[in-house]
Amino acid sequence: MKPAVQVQKTAQNIVLPDLNVNKRTKVLALLKKDWQLYSLLVLPIIYLLVFKYLPMLGNIIAFRRFIPGGSIFGEEWVGLQYIQMFINDPTFWHVFKNTLMISSLTLLFCFPAPIIFALLLNELTSKKFKKFVQTVSYLPHFLSMVIIAGMVLQITAGNGPINALITALGGEPIYFMQEASWFRGIYVTSEMWQGMGWGAILYLAALTNIDESLYEAAKIDGANRWKQTIHITIPGILPTIVTLLVLNIGSLMAVGFEKVLLLYNPLNYETADVISTYLYRIGLESSNFSYATAIGLFEALIGLTLVLSANAISRKLTDSSLW
Amino acid sequence: MKESVQYKIFKVINVLILLLVVYVTLFPFLNVVAQSFSGEAQINAGKVGLIPQGFNIETYQTVLKDQQFWVSYKNTVLYTVVATTISMVMTTMFAYALSKKRLAGRQFFTKFAVFTMFFSGGLIPNYILIQQLGWGNTIWAVVVPGAISVFNMLIMKSFFENIPEELEEAASIDGSSTYGTLFKIILPLSKPILATMVLFYAVGNWNSWFSAFLYFDQKELFPVTLYLRNLIKGATAGLSTGATSADNLTQIAANIKSVTMVLTVLPIIMVYPFIQKYFVSGIMLGSVKQ
Repeated sequence: MKPAVQVQKTAQNIVLPDLNVNKRTKVLALLKKDWQLYSLLVLPIIYLLVFKYLPMLGNIIAFRRFIPGGSIFGEEWVGLQYIQMFINDPTFWHVFKNTLMISSLTLLFCFPAPIIFALLLNELTSKKFKKFVQTVSYLPHFLSMVIIAGMVLQITAGNGPINALITALGGEPIYFMQEASWFRGIYVTSEMWQGMGWGAILYLAALTNIDESLYEAAKIDGANRWKQTIHITIPGILPTIVTLLVLNIGSLMAVGFEKVLLLYNPLNYETADVISTYLYRIGLESSNFSYATAIGLFEALIGLTLVLSANAISRKLTDSSLW
Repeated sequence: MKESVQYKIFKVINVLILLLVVYVTLFPFLNVVAQSFSGEAQINAGKVGLIPQGFNIETYQTVLKDQQFWVSYKNTVLYTVVATTISMVMTTMFAYALSKKRLAGRQFFTKFAVFTMFFSGGLIPNYILIQQLGWGNTIWAVVVPGAISVFNMLIMKSFFENIPEELEEAASIDGSSTYGTLFKIILPLSKPILATMVLFYAVGNWNSWFSAFLYFDQKELFPVTLYLRNLIKGATAGLSTGATSADNLTQIAANIKSVTMVLTVLPIIMVYPFIQKYFVSGIMLGSVKQ
C-alpha cells in the first residue's frame, strides 16, 4: 500500500512542475505571438483598476478613520462606528424615505408614459407626422442637467408662465420652489418631460417587429383596433416591458442626484433632500468623509442587491436577463 | 378595411394629444428663447410666454461682452475635444481586444468591466482619489475619470464582433499585424459606430458640469455649464430670500440666465437634427446586446 502512495506522490511531483512550465511557456508564447492584441488591454485595465476598482476599495474608509491628506484607505480601524452613526441618525432615515418616495413616484408615472406614448405614435397614419413628433420628443434627452434645471426654475418661477396661467384663471400665484409640497410633483414631471420620448424608442422598435399577419387574421375575425391592441400589440411588446421594468426596479435607489442638487434649496429640503445629496453635504461641505462614505456604501449595496434580485426574477419570469 | 366611427374619433383625438405633447415639449425651449430677447420689466411682470416682450438684443450683447463667459465657453470646447479623444482611443482599444475570440481571459475581462456598471466607489472615494492624484484644478479631473463608458464599450464590442472574421484572417495571412489590421481594415469599416460613439461622448462631455463643480475652484477653469449653474443658483438664492419683485439684481439674472442657456444649448440644437438618428441606432445596438 505504502509504496503505491509514494509512487503516486512522486508522479505528482514530477507531473505538476511540468504542467506549470507548460502553462507558463504557453502564456508567454501567446503573449509573444499576439502581444499587439494584449497591449491594447493595458491602458483600459489600468483605467478600470485606478478609477473604478480603487474607489471601490476606498469604501473601506466607512470602517476606518480618514484624515484629509492622509492615505485614501484611512488611518485606523474604527469598526462599525460610522454605520451605527447613520442608523441612529434621524436625518438619514428622513432622506432615505424621501429617496424611496421620489423613486417610487418616478417609477409609477415615468415607466408607463413611454409605453403609452409609443402605442399612441403607433396609431398615427401619417409617417411624416410620426417622425416629427418623435424627433421633437427626443430633444430634452440631449440637454445638460443644468439647462433642464434652469428651465424648471424658470417655468415654475413666481412670475413664470405657469403662474401667469394660474393668475389669468383667477388664482393666486404659487411659489413652487419655496413650498416643500411641490417638489416631488415638479421632479416627476420634469423627469417625464425629459425621458418620455427617448424611453419610447425601444418600444417603437418592438412594435415594428410584431408580425403583420397577426393583425390581418384578427381583422378577419372581426376584432376592432382596441381588441387588437389588447390581444396582439401589448403581448408583442411585453418582453420589452418586463426587461425595462427590471432595469428600472434595479435602479430604484438612483434618484437623479444632479437634478436634485440643482433644484433643491433649504426651503424644500423636507421633501427634496435624498440620500445622495445628504451624503454630498456631509462629505464635501462638512468634510466628514468617513461618515458620508458609510452612507454611500449602504446605498450602493442596496442598489446592487436590487439589480441582482430584479435580474434573478426576470430570468425566472421571462427567460430574459441582463447576464 | 373600413374603420369604425369610434376609431376615427380616436385617431383625431390621438393627433390632438400628440400635438399637445409636442407643444409641452417645446414650450420650455421657446420660453427661454422668448425671455432671452425680452425686456427685464416684462419678464418680471410675468408677461413673457412664447413671444418676446419688449424685444431687445442688449442682453445678448452684455453676455457676449463678458470675459468670463468666453473663457468658460472655450473651456467647454477644450474639455469636450480632449475628453472625447481620450474616450475614443480607450474605448476602441478595449472593445476591439475584447471582441477577439482568441484573447485569453476574454470572459474575465468583460465581466471585470461590466461589474463596474452595477457597483461603484461612490462620490467620496472618487473625490479623495482625484485629490490624492493632485488633479484638483487641472483638466485631468474632468477628462480622465469618465474615459471609458462600459455601456458604449459593449455597443462597440458587439459591432466589432459582427465584422466577418475572414476579412482579418486574409489580412493576417498577408502579414498584417494586429495594429495594422485594426487601422487599415477594422476602423474604416466601423465609421458608423465610431461616429455614434464620438457623438455619445461629445454630447455627454459638453453637457457635463458636476466634476468641474467638484474639482475646480478657479473661475478660469469653469466650463460654460458650471458658469450657467452659478448664475442659476445665484438667481434662486435671491428668490428664496424673498427678493422676488422689483429687485434689480434678480431681474438682470433672469435675462442673462436665459441668454446663457440659449448660447449653451445652441450647438446641441444645431447638430441635433443630424445626430439624433445616430443616437437612436446606437441605443438599438446596445439593447440588442443586452
